[in-house]
Amino acid sequence: MKVLVAVKRTIDPNVKVRVKSDQTGVETANVKMAMNPFCEIAVEEAVRMKEAGNAEEVVAVSAGADKAQETLRTALAMGADRAVHIVSEAELQPLAVARLLKVVVEEEQPGLVILGKQAIDDDSNQTGQMLAALLGWPQATFASEIVFKDGTADVTREIDGGLETLNVNLPAVVTTDLRLNEPRYASLPNIMKAKKKPIDRREADALGVDIGPRLAIHKVEEPPRREAGIKVADVAELVARLRDDAKVIG
Amino acid sequence: MSVLVIAEHDNAELKRPSLNAVTAAQALGGEVHVLVAGEGAGAVAEAASRVAGVARVLHADDAAYAHGIAENLAPLVTGLAEGYSHLLASATTFGKNVMPRVAALLDVAQVSDIIGIASESVFVRPTYAGNALATVESNDATKVITVRTTAFDAAAEEGGAASVEAVAGAGDQGLVRFVRHELSKSDRPELTSAGIVISGGRGMQSGENFPLIEAVADRLGAAVGASRAAVDAGYVPNDFQVGQTGKVVAPDLYIAVGISGAIQHLAGMKDSRVICAINKDEEAPIFQIADFGLVDDLFKALPALAEELDRQGISRT
Repeated sequence: MKVLVAVKRTIDPNVKVRVKSDQTGVETANVKMAMNPFCEIAVEEAVRMKEAGNAEEVVAVSAGADKAQETLRTALAMGADRAVHIVSEAELQPLAVARLLKVVVEEEQPGLVILGKQAIDDDSNQTGQMLAALLGWPQATFASEIVFKDGTADVTREIDGGLETLNVNLPAVVTTDLRLNEPRYASLPNIMKAKKKPIDRREADALGVDIGPRLAIHKVEEPPRREAGIKVADVAELVARLRDDAKVIG
Repeated sequence: MSVLVIAEHDNAELKRPSLNAVTAAQALGGEVHVLVAGEGAGAVAEAASRVAGVARVLHADDAAYAHGIAENLAPLVTGLAEGYSHLLASATTFGKNVMPRVAALLDVAQVSDIIGIASESVFVRPTYAGNALATVESNDATKVITVRTTAFDAAAEEGGAASVEAVAGAGDQGLVRFVRHELSKSDRPELTSAGIVISGGRGMQSGENFPLIEAVADRLGAAVGASRAAVDAGYVPNDFQVGQTGKVVAPDLYIAVGISGAIQHLAGMKDSRVICAINKDEEAPIFQIADFGLVDDLFKALPALAEELDRQGISRT
């Protein structure tokens, strides 16, 4: 089985984002970028599938600007075999990404596509579900465990009230939640090796799908700021404040 | 113009987040209809028909809809979509799973997790863990939307008198089989609708120390949550997680214990009315947003807090 893993380059999760003063978006110039954390979990799981003998090949794919290549190199250093870079300097919204991924899926014919459940920049949580819909495949979102059996997969999902297990036909789309695994750090020798692994560059405009944005962004603003309150001396004062000043207990 | 709300339920009860989605639907204007798709979920359809502001309930009864399977629900919803300007669900794991599939089948965008409605086509939604609020406009013929529940009040459970009519869809698509649920059992209130939430972080050091939190929670009638760090460390299950990648809560009182205040945690609780933080590190970022901060060792402060609540005769209200 071939596994396709989709990855996105985002602002590093530890960076405090700043909204641009002209309200057109957030500042990305000279800001540290990284692979979206949920995508790291997806790459890790794909590589583990190969290590466990459930997959023969792991292909990483990313849609985005030229620099997305760096993110694909990270995926290759973690253990992906090769990569496909769909190059687009234009903003790509989830439906556009799902369409582009569908083209790659139809060419590559993987047995499983695995993606992060959401990217920490736009927080949309859509692309995997949309790709599954366009392909007519099952979707197992927010996965915390994947077990292959008899040509199907049992996927445990993190849902609001606890856990849910679904048995899905393959091929399927799986999106990752936090507890699926703990991604590895790429070792230096693997980072060196990754430089020699192939990245197939494809122009998004040449793939024959509509990738225009559907949502117009009018403005991006900072949320109202919350001010720090007071420090209390001890537990007795805390209880008194909560009861008498804030009136939230009683 | 009319709006269809996809109800979340367990075939027995209408889930509270659906009531928040009904309020958002009303804010859009037009008639509000509710789809209850389930198996033997007649009681849910009845409950939905009594919700204030609901004009019609569509009830699909099929074993294929028993467990909210997206692959089966999405074609049912798209089959009903004609005639609706908006399709709404709450931004819970249910809505987040089903609605993008609906949107893609309709060839439209989804607007995720809205917190504000400027017009029938312009919405406000948080991005970057709530650090940037985007105002976006959708010009799609059908607008598919998930609603952040904490941003819209729950509609009144009584006061409506909607008609209930049966609808049918294509049923089981044969792609997925439900295996099992392992749902957390607790007598405490649900995290996303509790009036008081007390959460523990990495500072708790172990899941074995969470009873210290629970002791306070039980005195206040509070729900128990956790930071992602505490979940990652295995102290508590993921469904306790409050934050960008977990649940978003906005109770009257949020008590953060041993939580440093990472951006991604603040994203899940900073809209709480009153925030109280207990942390031994006075430099912890959580204090920058806390109304009341106590710099103290939580292993001393929590038992003292439980004791003080007892001494003051404060109990669940």
